[in-house]
Amino acid sequence: MRDLLAALAELRERLKEIPQADERRLSGLKTEILGRRVGALTQILGRIPKLDPASKKEVGASANALKRAFEAAFAAREGELKRAAGTVTGVDLTMPGRAGWRGGLHLVTQVVDEICEIFRELGFTRAVGPEAETERYNFFALNFPKDHPALDAQDSFYLSGDILLRTHTSPVQIRTLERYPPPIRVVIPGQVYRRDPFDASHAPVFQQIEGLAVDEGITFVDFKATLATFARKFFAPDTRVRFRPSYFPFTEPSAEMDVQCQICKGVGCPTCKQTGWMEILGSGLVHPAVLENCGVDSERYTGFAWGMGPERIAMSRHGIPDIRVLFESDVRFLAQFAGGAR
Amino acid sequence: MIVSRRWLEALLDRPLDARDVADRLTLHVAAVDAVVPLHQDLGDVLIARVLEVKKHPDADRLSLCLVDRGGGSAGGGRGGPVEVVCGAPNVQAGKIYPYAPVGAVLPGGVKLERKKIRGVESNGMLCSAKELGLGADHTGILELDTTAAPGTRFIDAMGIGDHQIVIDVPANRPDLLCHKGVARELGASIGAVVKLPAIPGGPADSRTAGLSARPPVRQSATGVVDGVEVRLEDPEGAPRYMIAVIRGARVGPSPTWLAARLTAVGQRPINNVVDATNYILFELNQPLHAFDLGRLRGPAVVVRRARPGEKIVTLDGVTRTLTADMTAICDAEHPTIVAGVMGSAESEVSADTRDLVLECAYFQPTRIRRTRRALELSSESSYRFERGIDMLGMPDALRRAIELIIAVAGGEVRAPALDLWPQPQQERTIFLRPERVSRLLGVTIERPEVERLLTAVGFFVAPKDARLAVQVPGWRPDVTREVDLIEEVARSKGYDAFPDELRPYRPGTVPDAPDERARARIREQLVRAGLLEARTLPLGPPDGPDAVPILNPLSAEEAHLRHRLVPGLVRRIEYNWANRNRDIRLFEVGTVFRKGTGTGAGGGGPEEWTSVAGVLTGARRPPHWSEGAKVPDMDIWDLKYHFALAVAVAAPSCDVRPATGGAVGWVAVERGGQLVGWAGPLEADAPVWAAPLFGFEVRLAAAQPDLGVYRPLPLQPPVERDLALVLPPGVTAAQVSDVLRRTVGPLLERLEVFDEYRGPGIPAGHRSVAWHCTFRDPERTLRERDVDALLARGLEALEGELGVRRRES
Repeated sequence: MRDLLAALAELRERLKEIPQADERRLSGLKTEILGRRVGALTQILGRIPKLDPASKKEVGASANALKRAFEAAFAAREGELKRAAGTVTGVDLTMPGRAGWRGGLHLVTQVVDEICEIFRELGFTRAVGPEAETERYNFFALNFPKDHPALDAQDSFYLSGDILLRTHTSPVQIRTLERYPPPIRVVIPGQVYRRDPFDASHAPVFQQIEGLAVDEGITFVDFKATLATFARKFFAPDTRVRFRPSYFPFTEPSAEMDVQCQICKGVGCPTCKQTGWMEILGSGLVHPAVLENCGVDSERYTGFAWGMGPERIAMSRHGIPDIRVLFESDVRFLAQFAGGAR
Repeated sequence: MIVSRRWLEALLDRPLDARDVADRLTLHVAAVDAVVPLHQDLGDVLIARVLEVKKHPDADRLSLCLVDRGGGSAGGGRGGPVEVVCGAPNVQAGKIYPYAPVGAVLPGGVKLERKKIRGVESNGMLCSAKELGLGADHTGILELDTTAAPGTRFIDAMGIGDHQIVIDVPANRPDLLCHKGVARELGASIGAVVKLPAIPGGPADSRTAGLSARPPVRQSATGVVDGVEVRLEDPEGAPRYMIAVIRGARVGPSPTWLAARLTAVGQRPINNVVDATNYILFELNQPLHAFDLGRLRGPAVVVRRARPGEKIVTLDGVTRTLTADMTAICDAEHPTIVAGVMGSAESEVSADTRDLVLECAYFQPTRIRRTRRALELSSESSYRFERGIDMLGMPDALRRAIELIIAVAGGEVRAPALDLWPQPQQERTIFLRPERVSRLLGVTIERPEVERLLTAVGFFVAPKDARLAVQVPGWRPDVTREVDLIEEVARSKGYDAFPDELRPYRPGTVPDAPDERARARIREQLVRAGLLEARTLPLGPPDGPDAVPILNPLSAEEAHLRHRLVPGLVRRIEYNWANRNRDIRLFEVGTVFRKGTGTGAGGGGPEEWTSVAGVLTGARRPPHWSEGAKVPDMDIWDLKYHFALAVAVAAPSCDVRPATGGAVGWVAVERGGQLVGWAGPLEADAPVWAAPLFGFEVRLAAAQPDLGVYRPLPLQPPVERDLALVLPPGVTAAQVSDVLRRTVGPLLERLEVFDEYRGPGIPAGHRSVAWHCTFRDPERTLRERDVDALLARGLEALEGELGVRRRES
């Protein structure tokens, strides 16, 4: 009995040979161990019936366990070799797959959509308006004083006496307030025009996203909360945000919102002129004169508004140094962002 | 606006850190664009005392100086005097000079090496003004008048170390266009009060200082000051006009302190009188004009509207023609100043000027703005008048200006100044409800804090019933209603001091814009079809007679609004070809314009709508190695597919039809017959290797697409037949399928062309077209003989109506 147990232990060692065996060696091993007549394990199993009952039980259990182990190991190795045989027949699976052309949205469209989507979560629907506007909608209903230096920053293309290409999406604030009663919560994406020569940082035509919320009881805190929430959703949850004074004729108080520079994370770099901050949007509480110009009771209703430039936001988030890249439409550039901007 | 840190320090009487100033201004007042350190390139230069001067043993023109450069070890060696070779004729023992030790880097980036000069080693260099970038003088070294110890840094000892703080002053804050105004805001932030610094050489206390301090003589429209007759004939253009005469001044260079102040804010010193007026401008935001009394005919000063066509040669030497919309300051005969904008070359203060007329005025802002724009001439003065100066602060500014001019140029005032002010004004008073402050800002701000914050930036606050009566200082023309004061409270407190937690809100009443939804739908479909979205400028050359011209374009090439998108996309294709891109599929969704009566602008504007366009050229799909290198290029059938797709999504109520008139292409037509889209091959400036180019464009309809009703999927099996037909010349596939569908009826479920053939076996001019037909009856299983009967009906009609027969096989 002892010699049988020793023989079994010796055989068990040979299990290790199986995973390395090639096809030929594997069939040799199988015959050597499990072969119907010559197999080493078969022979041991054949001697078991002649043992005394106690030994029969002990040797039998261990021999059968070993047999199962060998069978499993042979099956596993055979499967492996079979699968590997695929390459042997000549298919190189590293060759490229068959493709169709891949389309994609322009990066600026993606950024506009992303921004509108975040504001949709905050309850804002989209509103639009014409690109050719009257001076009234573009300036005067927005509380721009006539003949005021504030107009200098809004150098405009004129189509006729008082019709111009809108210099911002803000006229849609007026159109919305004239048409719908509060509560109002809209974002206004659209194309705007400034009479700036085309250079690395200016385009005569660009996109803007305006926003407007008007209701009873809206405060400076709601204004800050909404825009800070946007910034943290658009950039990163831990993005630092700051608000600082500014001037727009149609908001009072007016503010500009900066976020931590996305390139240097606030340490200071050439992109943020070493300030650690990036200017994202101009904003403020809606000036009571704007509400009054639209027939809205400015004592009862208050609100906030903002405007931002998706091109600039795209440029700072993706490190694009020249705005003209966005208008060249080189297919190699367009394909870079065809899979999505984030 | 550039402010100097040192100047602010003088007004607040305390040292300031430029970075901290910038942060405070940015967070409470206005954005700081830059902080620029001045004279940082002189950081290595020390002051040193020359102890002894000896002749250089080997050179007549050189001297050997023993120099005490303090105890430091700068420039090598331990403390104690060093020997320096000097070539300047003015070097004297006991005097103090700027000294650059060995290793110092001088302006221009030159590093000073230790070297032998005519055999004697020189331990550094004594510097001239030119070598320090401080002037043109290089005839000798710069002699310094300072009590600072040798070894002190030159920029510290001489007080020229400074920072320019560049503020982006908004158009509504003229008070920030001077140092006093910026210092006032800064003082509110750091808890300091502004006090004008004493004028060096001026009266110790200006209130007791002679005639200059006597109150001006108030008149409404005319007066005489020291023999000069003054008439204010245009009180609309010049609501307040003050004038003084200074006699016996000596025009010459400004003292160092004055020149340094102006240099620090980027101004070039001119002469003591002009510099003094500029100093007041940058200190108090009061533009002043000093002109030569000797050149004044009359002598008289007449403030009147210019006569049409009147001419003046301004300081810049350009002859300007005035109009009646402009205010001119004239002598008895001619204009001598374009009011508020620029003076004339003729009346300018020159080296020979002895007697001066000093003008201190308030000019009406819009008048100045129109004049400045009409003449295309801006100045520091016009910039300030246009934004509105402090009409109530004029007497103080004039008095300080007189004191300053007398201090730096001498002269005297013999008669009190004249103050022409036909309609005197007072400070504006605004009532503020403290509870409105809290209601608008969203946090409770107690009344005493409101008062404190407003008082700190110059408002005078008095309780009035439950409200506060707030007096607005003259330098804040932007503050006109309650909400402006609330902004003052918010920014003084600091926007960052307010919480930013979201609160519940009510949903709005505005539906999501259908046009935006339609744009998104078509974009999505074209992207799925493999097209890349382009963005092109909507400005370009005129494209047909309907193109809308721009009155003031930037260039002739971009003088019209597009009325189609395709031309802009073709230019993008050409750009891509120039970059050697061959396979290009672009689309754009954008606004286009046409002459007409626009609804948008409220009548009078152009018609505008959203258009969708695509351009295609190059390989039909990316090549794959399994199919050989060459993939077929896109042809008109690729175009037709993309066009039909665009029409189905962008204009679902339209049909795609072949273009008429023999051209290859298609149109999209509304049910009413209106053309809303087209597709066809395009001409372009193509390189030889380029593939054919195709394009399409369709007007986007904002209508919601049909919601769609479920159709149960069929349970009965289909019967399929292939049908090869011979079509005589002129018969189209569409005609054939129309006849088949009409005659066979709804049991003909699908009809697809799968082949076209011309050639042997087919009569000349004819073609064979093969259809794959699928028949199905939703109610029962069709039998072969049912289908035979249906087909026979169709074939009979085809032969009868179109002369189409089945092809003999």
